[in-house]
Amino acid sequence: MSEPIIRVSALNKTYEGGFQALKQIDLDIQRGEIFALLGPNGAGKTTLISVICGLVNATDGQVVVDGFDNQVDYREARSRIGLVPQELTNEAFETVWNTVNFSRGLFGKPPDPGHIERVLKSLTLWDKRNNRLITLSGGMKRRVLIAKALSHEPRILFLDEPTAGVDVGLRREMWDVVRQLRESGVTIILTTHYIEEAEEMADRIGVINNGEIVLVEDKAALMRKLGSKQLALHLHEPLDSVPPALAAYDLQLAANGSELIYTYDASRAGGAEGQESSTISALLADVEAAGLVFKDLHTRQSSLEDIFVDLVKER
Amino acid sequence: MNLYPVRAIYMAELSRTRRTLLQSIVSPVISTSLYFVVFGAAIGSRISEIDGISYGAFIVPGLIMLMLLTQSVSNASFGIFFPKFSGSVYELLSAPISYLEIVIGYVGAAATKSVVLGLIILATAGFFVPLEIAHPLWMMAFLVLTAITFSLLGFIIGIWADGFDKLQLVPLLVITPLTFLGGSFYSIDMLPPFWQGVTLFNPVLYLISGFRWSFYGVSDVSLAASVAMILLFLGVCLALISWIFRTGYRLKP
Ligand SMILES: Nc1ncnc2c1ncn2[C@@H]1O[C@H](COP(=O)(O)OP(=O)(O)OP(=O)(O)O)[C@@H](O)[C@H]1O
Ligand SMILES: [Mg+2]
Repeated sequence: MSEPIIRVSALNKTYEGGFQALKQIDLDIQRGEIFALLGPNGAGKTTLISVICGLVNATDGQVVVDGFDNQVDYREARSRIGLVPQELTNEAFETVWNTVNFSRGLFGKPPDPGHIERVLKSLTLWDKRNNRLITLSGGMKRRVLIAKALSHEPRILFLDEPTAGVDVGLRREMWDVVRQLRESGVTIILTTHYIEEAEEMADRIGVINNGEIVLVEDKAALMRKLGSKQLALHLHEPLDSVPPALAAYDLQLAANGSELIYTYDASRAGGAEGQESSTISALLADVEAAGLVFKDLHTRQSSLEDIFVDLVKER
Repeated sequence: MNLYPVRAIYMAELSRTRRTLLQSIVSPVISTSLYFVVFGAAIGSRISEIDGISYGAFIVPGLIMLMLLTQSVSNASFGIFFPKFSGSVYELLSAPISYLEIVIGYVGAAATKSVVLGLIILATAGFFVPLEIAHPLWMMAFLVLTAITFSLLGFIIGIWADGFDKLQLVPLLVITPLTFLGGSFYSIDMLPPFWQGVTLFNPVLYLISGFRWSFYGVSDVSLAASVAMILLFLGVCLALISWIFRTGYRLKP
């Protein structure tokens, strides 16, 4: 694997007043990936991003961005980073066009109206370019913040809850923008409370809780490792107990005996050996042989949300 | 030094002035005119000449200084306070720019405004009293240096203030009294000896005195003392600002 684009080592942050928001964080972000940082309110997501971007002083530890220490070589480090903050903040009386161009200048880049135009168009803000920010809706303001971050062509983009307050249609559009950015080689780190967002977007997922990174994993591996699948058979007649003929299958009764639940490992279903799928066929045959009639069946795979809730609860 | 960020900040700050033109330019001009009407015409006609200068003309440098100091402080403090207040300061702190570039952008814009304002007030004064400027280059030098120094002070106040009340506090409680008591409207010769001595501790006296000297060639204190005082002020402000940025005081938690 190539050199990580961001390397956070042994990072601690204790706020004035003694609250320790980050505890000994070690984290590598790989070049070109979409990394989702998940965690409950107050876990330390924003604090971690703020330290990396230079908004908050670390208590100790080191952050290296593309080979540059973010304290020593802050110009090099910061010029690679675009940040979309969690809170909506705006110079209310500026126009969209001016504020986005201001950001580009602030990051030391010469004016490039063509680039700004492309950014605004990709975020469906072009029609609003001459509007003052105060006249925009909340979702539009958030997109302006994204446009500001993209104005200076960052190699790394931090999105702190980018889709909070953005409607479903636009959220899809923003995901598309993020994917396009990734395709163009931009590394993306996003925090979100919408697990579906992480599930849909991320290559890797990190979970942070109480200032500690509790897990960093490939999304697919994570789903495989922790994801179990359930097959539920809705029976015609409720049962008191699992029939002895089916004892070999480790079944549970649910819904007052009218549902028969079979839990299995999703990663092995449809696997090369197809063990699980053959088990399911056998189970269904035996259910029929036992004289049980079912009117419906469905399967359910545990989502990232279940995994996440489990993880955070455990600690 | 990268000039794009400096330019971006500078232009954004000036465009803020354009949006609030009435407040930024017109109101100080009106209040200065009122001073002239009251002190220059109404009361001044009953006051004898000071150092051979008519009272109306005598107060011109003091008035310009009064406006210059208060406007520099309030412009520069608001310029940096507002992004802190609205949260948009995150962009400033995450940008690949040095403290010096930030300060040049903000303080440069505030000082520019003050200098323009000072010149507008000077022109306004010309309508009320005949003006003569003995040392125009010194006059400009005092104007610019004072504008920069007090814009730096304003910048510090803007970072220190955590509410609008504090933003008003220093100009109201410190700058205005010191300017009034620093000989804007009188020569310290007119005070009893004891109060003359006290006034010598007022730093603003040195600014006004030097500035008045550039107009009429008369001063309360020596030119060298005036220049030294303004440079001292400048140095203290610069030292404070570099400390602020080194420690992240009130900017970075
Ligand atoms: N400036 C500060 N001073 C003191 N404590 C702070 C400060 N900023 C954040 N904290 C504390 O640090 C902890 C982590 O906050 P942080 O904003 O990083 O959480 P988060 O994971 O982003 O939460 P959310 O999902 O709600 O945005 C919280 O307990 C918060 O109260
Ligand atoms: Mg947060």
